[in-house]
Amino acid sequence: MASKVTSAVMRKGLRVLGVAVRTEKGVFTAAVLASALYGGMTVASAWALGWATENVVLPAFDRGDVPSGALWTAVLLIMGAALLKAIGVAGRRILAGLLQYRMQARSRREVTKQYLRLPLAWHHRHPTGQLLSNASADAEAAWAPLAPLPMAVGVIVMLFTAAVAMLITDPVLALVGFLIFPAIAVLNLVYQRRLSPLATRAQQLRAEVSEIAHESFDGALVVKTLGREALETERFRRRAHELRDANIAVGRVRGLFDPMLEALPTLGVLAVLAVGALRLSGGSIDSGDLVQVAYLFTLLAFPIRALGWVLAELPRSVVGWERVQAVLDAKGSMEYGQASLSEAGPAELEVSEVSYSYGTGDVLHDVTFEVRSGRTVALVGPTGSGKSTLVQLLARLVDPPSGRVLLDGVDVRELGYGRVAEAVALVPQQTFLFDDTVRGNVALGLPVDDEEVWAALRLAQADGFVGRLADGLGTRVGERGATLSGGQRQRLALARAVVRRPRLLILDDATSSVDPQVEAKILYGLRDAAEASSVVVVAYRMATIALADEVVYLDRGRVVDRGSHDELLGRCLGYRNLVTAYEREEAERAAVEAEEEEGVSA
Amino acid sequence: MSDVRSIGASAERSALATVRHGLSLTPEFRKGLLVTLALAVVATVGKIIVPIAVQQTIDTGFKGSSADISYITRAVLLCAAAVVLTAFAGYLMNVRLYKATEASLATLRVRGFRHVHDLSVLTQNTERRGALVSRVTNDIDQISTFMQWGGLMIIVAFGQLFVASVLMFVYSWQLTLLVWVCFLPLMVALPRFQRWLSSAYTTVRERTGDMLAAVSESVVGAAVIRAYASERRTADRVDAAVDANKAAQVKAQTIVGFVFPLTEIVAAVALAGIVLLGVRLGMSGDITAGELVAFLFLITLFVSPMQTATEVLNEAQNAVAGWRRVLGVLDTPPDVADPGADGVELPRGPISVAFEDVHFAYPGGVPVLREVSLEIPPRSRVAIVGETGSGKTTFAKLLTRLMDPVSGRVTVDGHDLRAVRFSSLRERIVMVPQDGFLFDGSLEENIRYGKPAADREEILLALTELGLADWLDGLPAGLDTPVGQRGESLSAGERQLVALARAYLADPDLLLLDEATSAVDPATEVRLARALEGVTRGRTAVSIAHRLSTAENADEVLVFDDGRLVQRGAHEELVARPGVYADLHASWISAARS
Repeated sequence: MASKVTSAVMRKGLRVLGVAVRTEKGVFTAAVLASALYGGMTVASAWALGWATENVVLPAFDRGDVPSGALWTAVLLIMGAALLKAIGVAGRRILAGLLQYRMQARSRREVTKQYLRLPLAWHHRHPTGQLLSNASADAEAAWAPLAPLPMAVGVIVMLFTAAVAMLITDPVLALVGFLIFPAIAVLNLVYQRRLSPLATRAQQLRAEVSEIAHESFDGALVVKTLGREALETERFRRRAHELRDANIAVGRVRGLFDPMLEALPTLGVLAVLAVGALRLSGGSIDSGDLVQVAYLFTLLAFPIRALGWVLAELPRSVVGWERVQAVLDAKGSMEYGQASLSEAGPAELEVSEVSYSYGTGDVLHDVTFEVRSGRTVALVGPTGSGKSTLVQLLARLVDPPSGRVLLDGVDVRELGYGRVAEAVALVPQQTFLFDDTVRGNVALGLPVDDEEVWAALRLAQADGFVGRLADGLGTRVGERGATLSGGQRQRLALARAVVRRPRLLILDDATSSVDPQVEAKILYGLRDAAEASSVVVVAYRMATIALADEVVYLDRGRVVDRGSHDELLGRCLGYRNLVTAYEREEAERAAVEAEEEEGVSA
Repeated sequence: MSDVRSIGASAERSALATVRHGLSLTPEFRKGLLVTLALAVVATVGKIIVPIAVQQTIDTGFKGSSADISYITRAVLLCAAAVVLTAFAGYLMNVRLYKATEASLATLRVRGFRHVHDLSVLTQNTERRGALVSRVTNDIDQISTFMQWGGLMIIVAFGQLFVASVLMFVYSWQLTLLVWVCFLPLMVALPRFQRWLSSAYTTVRERTGDMLAAVSESVVGAAVIRAYASERRTADRVDAAVDANKAAQVKAQTIVGFVFPLTEIVAAVALAGIVLLGVRLGMSGDITAGELVAFLFLITLFVSPMQTATEVLNEAQNAVAGWRRVLGVLDTPPDVADPGADGVELPRGPISVAFEDVHFAYPGGVPVLREVSLEIPPRSRVAIVGETGSGKTTFAKLLTRLMDPVSGRVTVDGHDLRAVRFSSLRERIVMVPQDGFLFDGSLEENIRYGKPAADREEILLALTELGLADWLDGLPAGLDTPVGQRGESLSAGERQLVALARAYLADPDLLLLDEATSAVDPATEVRLARALEGVTRGRTAVSIAHRLSTAENADEVLVFDDGRLVQRGAHEELVARPGVYADLHASWISAARS
C-alpha cells in the first residue's frame, strides 16, 4: 500500500488532481482566483502595516504630528486589504468545499451505477465490505486533497508576491526569506513523509479494532453461551493496544515537528530584526520596510504549511482513486438482445446442457430439463448440490459459460432489457427488502394499486401482520427490513413476486422461515392462483414437493434423475434417501420398539 | 424488572461532571498532568517573544537614527534561545499528552468492550450493533481527538490571550481596552456560530448515513435488483441520497466559509484603531513607537484562537457526547450479573434442572411465561414443543441464564441459577442457538472456539462422533475451509453443523438445542439426530423441537402453549390424549404427508 510520499506517488497524485481540475474547470478556476486574492492580500496587508509604520507611526513619534491624509490612507489600506483578504478566504473555502464534495458525489454516483450495471457474477467475486468502502471511504479519500488544494495554489501566489515584495524592499532581507521559507517547506515535506506511513498504520489498526468489535458484538450470543467473554476481551485488547502504540508513534512525530514548524518562522523574524538593524543603520532600508518584512514572516508562517497538507493527502488519495477506478474500469456487463416475448399465459422453460462454476470446480454440469407451460417442477437435492446457482441462471441473474436457457423457445440472452423480469419472478433464499414502505417493497416500481398489493399480501399470508402495522402499507420496514422477523420478510418477498402475475414463478426455498402450517396455506393458495404461472420450486419439505408435477433431482451439480415423485422414489436411491429420511427414521424406531416389546413379552 | 435496562447516555450529568467522571476512570491521564500543563504554559509564552523583540529593537536598539548593533544582537540571540527552549517544551508536552491520552483511552476502550459483553442479552438488544460498536471505537476516537487537539487548543488559546493581554497592558491600557472592545462581540457571537455549525454537521452525518444505506442497497440487494429489473429505480434512490449528502456538506462548508474570515475583518478594525489611537497616545508620550508596533504583532495572537474557536467548541461538544456514550455503557449495570468468586462452583456430572413457579415478561410487555414449574432429572432427554410464540425460546433463555425470571426461580442441581458462578455455568450448560453465528476464520478455528485448548485430533474426533466426517471430506479444504464473515461462505445448514460441533466440543453436562438443525437437509439431519442420541448419553439434553421425530425420541415432552406448560409426558401418552400435543402432532403429520 502506497503510504509514503514518493515521487511516483506525487506524480500519480497530481494526475488525480488533474482529473478533478479538468472535470470542474469553472469551480476550480474560481477557487484558485479567490485563493490568489487571499494570497496577494496577505502580502498586501503586511505592506499596508509597513506603510503605516513608516508614514504614520514613526513621523508621529519623531515629529509629534501626522498629516491626516496619511492617517486615513493607512486606515483605508489596512481595512481594504483585510476586506479583500476576507472575501478571498470565504471564496476559497466555500469553492474548495464545492469542488471536493462535487467530485465525491460524482464518484459515488458513477461507482454505484457501475455496481448496478456489472453482472451478478462480478458481485460474487467481490466482498460486500470492499464494495461498500469503494463507494464511501475510497471516494472520500480520492478527493480529500481538493480541500487544501486551492489554498496551496494561493500560497504559491502568496510566496511569489512576497518574494517580489521583499526583493523590491531589500535584496539582503529577501535573502533571509529565501533561506527560511524553503527550509519550512522542506521541513514540512520531511514531516509528512515521516508521518504518512505511521498515520496509515494507525488508520488500518482503527479499522481492525472496529472490525473485531463488530464481529464480537454480532456474535454476542455465542460468546455468552460459551462463556468466552475473557477470550474476546483479550483479542480486542491486543489490537486496541497496538492501536494505542501506533497513535503514540504518530504523536511523537507530530510532537517533534509541530513545534519546529512554529519555531522556524519565529527564528526567521528574529534574523530579519538582526539583519534589518544592520541594513537600517547603513541606511539601505527604513523602519517601515523592516516592520513590513517581519510582519510578512509572521503572516506566512502558517499558510505555507498548506503545501504539506496537500502532499500528506496524496498517498491516501492515490490509493482511494485507484480503487474507485478499478470498479469503474471493471469489464463485463449483461448484454441484452432485442427480442421480446409475445405470448400471454404460463411460460415454457427449457434448460439445455448448462454448466457453471465460481472459479474452482464446476457447480453445475450439463444440466438439462424443461418446464412445460403451466406445470410445477420441484428442484430437490442435498445442501450444496447447486440448486440456488441453477435458479439464478433461470432468472438470468448470471449467464452460463456453456449451455442455454430458453424462455418460450427464445434464448434469454436474446431478450431485451427488462423482458425476463416481466415474465419471471424469483423469490431468493436470502430475502432482501429495501429501506422503503411495505407498498414500495411489494410494488417495486410496478404501477399497481393498493387493491392488488393487498391481494398479493393475502396470497403470501402477509395481510394479517401488515394490517396490524402502524401505517399499514405505508409502514417503512427499515434498513434491509430490520423491523420485521425473518418469516415476515420472506412473506413480503413472496408478495413482491406474485403481485407481478409472473408467467414463471421461481421459489428458492422461499418459505423456510415460515411456520409449516402457514407454509401449507401459502402453497395451496399459490397452486390455486398460479394457474397463469409455470412454477419452479426448490424444496426439502414433502408438503412442497407434493405440489410438483415433476421432480428434478440434483446431486453435486448434475441432474441425477427426473420424473414424478413416485417414479423417483421407485428408482432413484439418492432421492429416496433424502426425502424419506424422516419417515425411515420413524419406521426404524417403530421397528426397534416392536423388537423391544417382543423382547419384553418373551 | 419492569423496565428494560437500556444503555443510557448518562445524559443526566452536566458536561463538566461527565468529563470529571470520565477522567476519574482514567488514572493514566491524570498522572503527571500538572507537569504537562506547566510545559504547555512554557510553550505558549514562546508566542510573545517576537512582539517583545520587535519592541526592544525599535525602542532600545535605535536611539535616534543610529542603531545599537551589539544590543540588538544580544537581544536577538537571547530571544532565539528562548524560542528554542519553548519549542522543546512544546515537544515534551506533546509527547506526554499523546502517551497519557492514548494509554487512558485504550484502557477505557477495553473496559467498555468487556462491559458490553457483560450486559444481558436484553440490554444488548436495545441498541443496534453498529451503535454499540461506535461506543468503543468512534466515540473514544472523538475524545482522543479533543484531548490531543481541541482541548489543548483551549488551553493554548486562553494562555495566548492571557499573556498577550498582560504584555499589552504593560505597554498601554488604553490600546488593550480598544483591542478587547473590538474582539469581545466576536467572542460572544462564536458560541452561536458554533451552534449553527453543529446543527449543519448533524445534518451532514444524517445524510451520510442515508447515503451509505442507499449505496449498500445496490450491493447487498444486487440479486433482487436484477431479478426485478429495478436498476433505474435504485439508481434514482442512490442519486437522490448522494446529492442530499453533498448539499448538506456544501451548506456546512458555506457556514464555515462565512464565519472563518470574520476574524480577519475584526483584526483589521483593531489594527486600524491601534494606528489611529496609538499615534495620538504617542504624541502625548503615553506609548513608544516600538510598543505601538509590538501591538500590531500582538493582534495576530488574537486571530488564531478566534479562527479555531468554532471548530474547537464543536470538538468539545462531540467529545462530551462521546464521553457520555462511553460512560453510558460503563454505568449500565449488567442486570444478569455474574456472582463471581462468591458464586457456587457446580461439580461436574449430569445436571438436574428445576423451574419453580417461574414467570417472565419482556419489559413493558405481556407475560410470555406463566407459572412454569417443572423438573428435568439428570441424564434425561427432553423435547420442548409448541407453536411460534408459545414461550419455548424464553424457556431456553431462562435455563441458560441469558435472562432472569421476573418471579420464581430456576435451579440446577439444587442451586439457584443466580448464585452460580458464570465460569462454571457456561462450562456446564451450553446452548446451540438456531442461527449458527460463526467468526471469520477457518472451520477449525470456529469449532475450537468451544474448547480453546483442543488440538486438531480432538476436533476431528468430535466431527466423527457427530457423524459429520463425510460432510467434512466433501469440503475441498477440509478443516482449513474459510467460513467468511459471519460464516456466510457456508450455507445456513452448514453453519448449523459447525455451531453444533463447536458446542459439542465444549463438552457440557447439559446441552440445549434451540432448533439447532432446522436448516440442515433431511438425510444429514437424521444422521445427526442419531449421532446426538449417542453422544448425549450420560448428559442431560434439552431440544426445542421443530419436527416430530425429536419429540418421539425424547424421554419426556414438555408442551408449551401461550406461555404455560400445558402438558408433559412421553410422546405415546400425549399423542393418545386429546390436547395441544395431539393437535400439533396432527398438523405435523398432515404437513409431512400431504
